Amino acid sequence: MLSDESKARIERLFLHYPDKRSVLIPALFIAQEQFGYISDEAVRSVAQFLELSWNEVWAVASFYSMFFKRPVGRHVITVCMNISCMICGAKKIAEHLKAKLGINFGQTTSDGKFTLLEVECLASCGTAPVLQVNLRYHENLTPEKVDSILEELEEWKNGRLED
Amino acid sequence: MEKILTRNWGKESSHTLEVYLRDGGYEALRKALREFEPRALIDEIKKSNLRGRGGAGFPMGQKMSFVPRGTGKPVYLCVNADESEPGTFKDRYILERDPHMMIEGALIACYAIGAQQVYVYIRGEFRQQARILDGAIREAYQGGFLGRNILGNGFDLDMYWHTGAGAYICGEETGLLESLEGKKAWPRLRPPFPAVAGLYNFPTLIHNVETLACLPHIVARGGEWFAKLGVEKNGGTKIYGLSGHVREPGLYELPMGIKLRELIYQHGGGIRGGRQLKGVIPGGASCPILRAEEIDVEMDFDALQKIGSMFGTGCPVVMDETTCMVEAAYSVAKFFAHESCGQCTPCREGAEWIRKIMHRILNAQGRPDDVDHMLDLCDNIQGKTICALGDAAAMAARGFLRKFRDEFEFHVRHGRCELS
Repeated sequence: MLSDESKARIERLFLHYPDKRSVLIPALFIAQEQFGYISDEAVRSVAQFLELSWNEVWAVASFYSMFFKRPVGRHVITVCMNISCMICGAKKIAEHLKAKLGINFGQTTSDGKFTLLEVECLASCGTAPVLQVNLRYHENLTPEKVDSILEELEEWKNGRLED
Repeated sequence: MEKILTRNWGKESSHTLEVYLRDGGYEALRKALREFEPRALIDEIKKSNLRGRGGAGFPMGQKMSFVPRGTGKPVYLCVNADESEPGTFKDRYILERDPHMMIEGALIACYAIGAQQVYVYIRGEFRQQARILDGAIREAYQGGFLGRNILGNGFDLDMYWHTGAGAYICGEETGLLESLEGKKAWPRLRPPFPAVAGLYNFPTLIHNVETLACLPHIVARGGEWFAKLGVEKNGGTKIYGLSGHVREPGLYELPMGIKLRELIYQHGGGIRGGRQLKGVIPGGASCPILRAEEIDVEMDFDALQKIGSMFGTGCPVVMDETTCMVEAAYSVAKFFAHESCGQCTPCREGAEWIRKIMHRILNAQGRPDDVDHMLDLCDNIQGKTICALGDAAAMAARGFLRKFRDEFEFHVRHGRCELS
């Protein structure tokens, strides 16, 4: 079930569009915040609320890479590996992160703190290499900078760092 | 050179309405509403030779004139803030540092085409930028620049931002419309073109953030003035984004048509570590790569097309002599294979085959006919798909294969890079 708060947030968006279906992507983000990922229940709840079929909702949820199809860690670290980052040392950054966290791309640490993902260009090519933590940019990365980002996240007790 | 699009960027709190108003912000809108009939406004924009900054370079005034008038149907403007072309990072900074310039441009465009509603489609990863834009839109409503009876001229306009969720194809204009309608972003067959039947099947124009940011200046100082800033058929200044192996990567606002060499060596400080230049992708990953000896080309849509590449987003990726071109090509091929939306078979399968073949070459398992095989694949993708993503995948791969063929063949023969 969508929470009352989630429903209220989705309903506010109805005012922006002539039809309910246009709210689907923002509604999936709201559901993802509530459920942690796009679970079967999340798909069903959104479908019911927007009067769409399960298939219509899943077709969209599975198309877009920012919808998580399984549970993720508290902090989602997304590393750009595209051309500008790649030629400016992104591989070294990725290897450093993998070694430090003991996981590969697509995995979550066993304590549930971190998920590491490879992503496409983040539009930060002039400050490559770059990553985002919960959609917050960290640019001009060095292995040392990565260490301090991880330390800061370890100290952060109140859930997500995204403001 | 005078800064136009980036003139406010150095100021403190440059994203706020207060700072934007201080130097004549929204005065161009006032002028447009008072002094121009919508048709005359489009004529003025035509004079500016402004071409779309999202990559395709279509003349903006002409695009605006495609919207039918007096049909009684709603008309929409969609702002394409889905910036995702590898190498490109300019719209992000307009949103962060001066969102009101884009908003004012969108208002002017809407007045010209008779639109009543704007959706700013902003990529999902731009969560911080969306917050800044959200604040700017609120300020614009409070200031009377959005909403009902704008500036007392009886002009009404609403603006909303809409988030994407991680798909490059949403930057394709009809993919964007599908996504806005709550669907997977499969591009539409044209015709009908969006100007006639776009969002919710109503007349719709889709413009890039930077393109719209040019409009206040065209209105304030005239289309001819803007045209003269650039070169023939390519008016204005451009926010060039330099990345890769240059000493000073970053954004540079300079006239359309400057030499690529000047951009890299004078403005970007040349190649890092005093190394030699090897290749440049002139305008985002879709554009065929240039070799070092080709950089005396002018940075405009026509000059780059003439030498077989593209201006794209005007954001060059610079590679020095230590770059393995097979690895660079693989990175680009991997991007297109991942971002192909899956609708058209030639692109979905072809882009993935190219990726796989490049991968095996990189891993010392290349076969003697692999290069020709990939060139064949490119021919079987380009021109055979609904949208330009397939063309981009083919052109980018072909560029690397033709310009650095010997390097691919060395990899195939020796199972390693000639640089190692």
